[in-house]
Amino acid sequence: MRIPCPICGPRDSREFTYRGAALDRPAPDAGADAWEDYVHLRDNPAGPTLDLWYHHAGCASWLKVSRNTVTHEITGAVLAGAEDKA
Amino acid sequence: MRFSALRILKEGLTGNRGWTPHWRSPEPKSEYDIIIVGGGGHGLATAYYLARTHGLTNIAVLEKGYIGGGNVGRNTTIVRANYNLPGNSEFYSHALKLWEGLSEDLNYNVMHSQRGVINLFHSDGQRDYAVRRANSMIIQGDDAIVLDKAGVRKMLPYLDHDNARFPIYGGLYHPRGGTARHDAVAWGFARGADMRGVDLIQNCEVTGIDIEHGRVTGVQTTRGPIRAKKIGLATAGRSGQTAAMAGLRLPIESSILQAFVTEGLKPVIDNVVTFGMGHFYISQSDKGGLVFGGDLDFYASYAARGNLPMMEHVMEAGMALMPMIGKAKLLRSWGGIMDMTPDGSPIIDFSPVGGLYLNCGWCYGGFKATPGSGHTFAHLIATDTPHPAAARLRLDRFATGHGLMDEEGTGSQHNLH
Ligand SMILES: Cc1cc2nc3c(=O)[nH]c(=O)nc-3n(C[C@H](O)[C@H](O)[C@H](O)COP(=O)(O)OP(=O)(O)OC[C@H]3O[C@@H](n4cnc5c(N)ncnc54)[C@H](O)[C@@H]3O)c2cc1C
Ligand SMILES: [Zn+2]
Repeated sequence: MRIPCPICGPRDSREFTYRGAALDRPAPDAGADAWEDYVHLRDNPAGPTLDLWYHHAGCASWLKVSRNTVTHEITGAVLAGAEDKA
Repeated sequence: MRFSALRILKEGLTGNRGWTPHWRSPEPKSEYDIIIVGGGGHGLATAYYLARTHGLTNIAVLEKGYIGGGNVGRNTTIVRANYNLPGNSEFYSHALKLWEGLSEDLNYNVMHSQRGVINLFHSDGQRDYAVRRANSMIIQGDDAIVLDKAGVRKMLPYLDHDNARFPIYGGLYHPRGGTARHDAVAWGFARGADMRGVDLIQNCEVTGIDIEHGRVTGVQTTRGPIRAKKIGLATAGRSGQTAAMAGLRLPIESSILQAFVTEGLKPVIDNVVTFGMGHFYISQSDKGGLVFGGDLDFYASYAARGNLPMMEHVMEAGMALMPMIGKAKLLRSWGGIMDMTPDGSPIIDFSPVGGLYLNCGWCYGGFKATPGSGHTFAHLIATDTPHPAAARLRLDRFATGHGLMDEEGTGSQHNLH
């Protein structure tokens, strides 16, 4: 798999670390249910998905990658917003 | 049709013309007492024990493909009970005891071979952990022996003992661990369930779950609607999707795990050997193929095939541990889809929907669970009480934080197992 890093260009997926589904982090006081949802529960789609990858062997950016979980096709990647930085 | 030595002799002498199909292929009825979704090892074992232990036989197992085409036919067949934490420990211990009588119970040779599992360790800290884990196993009533350097050298002379990065300090030896013939497990449970009246419906995909007033009433399938008051989901790898049909979101992400087999060789590897630091494990099948694997391809996936980076990593680890395998030619590689939970341990529990039961989250270790999973899941469905051996495999442990079973100690988080 090759990930099109907006900063480094298309790079081998070996250069990246996978983090998981790209989700919106709840507010600190959103309550236990919202946090359980965010930390544990997953849509786990078979098909198009958005996940977070870290370009550890490149520019050290966090990327939001559009990927298909059935075909492994990667259709795009953008820099993750500040709220997604883990 | 019962199997016996006499029968094999007779069939051998008469051209093997007397064997009959192992199970029927019935048309689905419009209603059953219980529907099991998923005809893998766990679904079939559940149906078998519902009939065998609880006398319930008005049951259908609905399988979208064919019996044995899922992970039950794709795994590397390791069977062991060497877990460390409460929950997993008593559950896998229960399962191993069932394995030990399984061929006789099923009247079907599952080729359970207790050839011993050795987990290697490479540092003082890892030795301490191996001793602790051995003690947990012994307290649970199972067997464990901690081998020192010389002990491993004697048992496994072919390893690279003085590897510069991971010199072998010893191994945790579990003599009752070993392997079994995966297909035979699926076929044996299928035949045993069918013989007792369970309908095994293949090519029947469940596409919807009907719910009225918070209780299940039946399923929609590619072969029409079927009613039932109790439904058990045993759809390893696809659990997120089947649960979604009942409006549930699970603490599960599906990932792909690969495995590899070489051409057949003369016997060289007598046991199961695991090299945790290299994420590599290996055994030799009865046909002679070296069967080995490693870690997940670390990303969510529903493709039953993996990518090259993990393949390379597994080969490199194998070469580091036992350079002799470099001459063997790889015959095949494949992948299976696994339900990964945040703590890497399974779930057998009620769901929030009445009459709907969950059997999921088997991660990479569900083959060894098969009889234990079927036995305890059948108990839950039949009696509406958890079986003591599986009572800790709860769905709500992630929400509450109580009773997490993070064997690897990496943290209960999706991308860490
Ligand atoms: C490469 C690999 C190596 C492994 N090695 C080991 C090992 O050495 N030891 C070990 O203990 N475990 C191992 N495992 C894990 C083990 O194989 C699984 O945990 C276990 O087989 C899962 O349970 P099952 O047999 O019921 O799954 P499956 O056989 O996958 O059964 C699930 C069934 O559900 C069906 N299904 C899904 N959705 C639907 C639907 N909507 N309608 C109808 N049917 C549906 C599927 O078609 C499938 O047949 C390995 C797995 C893999 C992939
Ligand atoms: Zn980059």
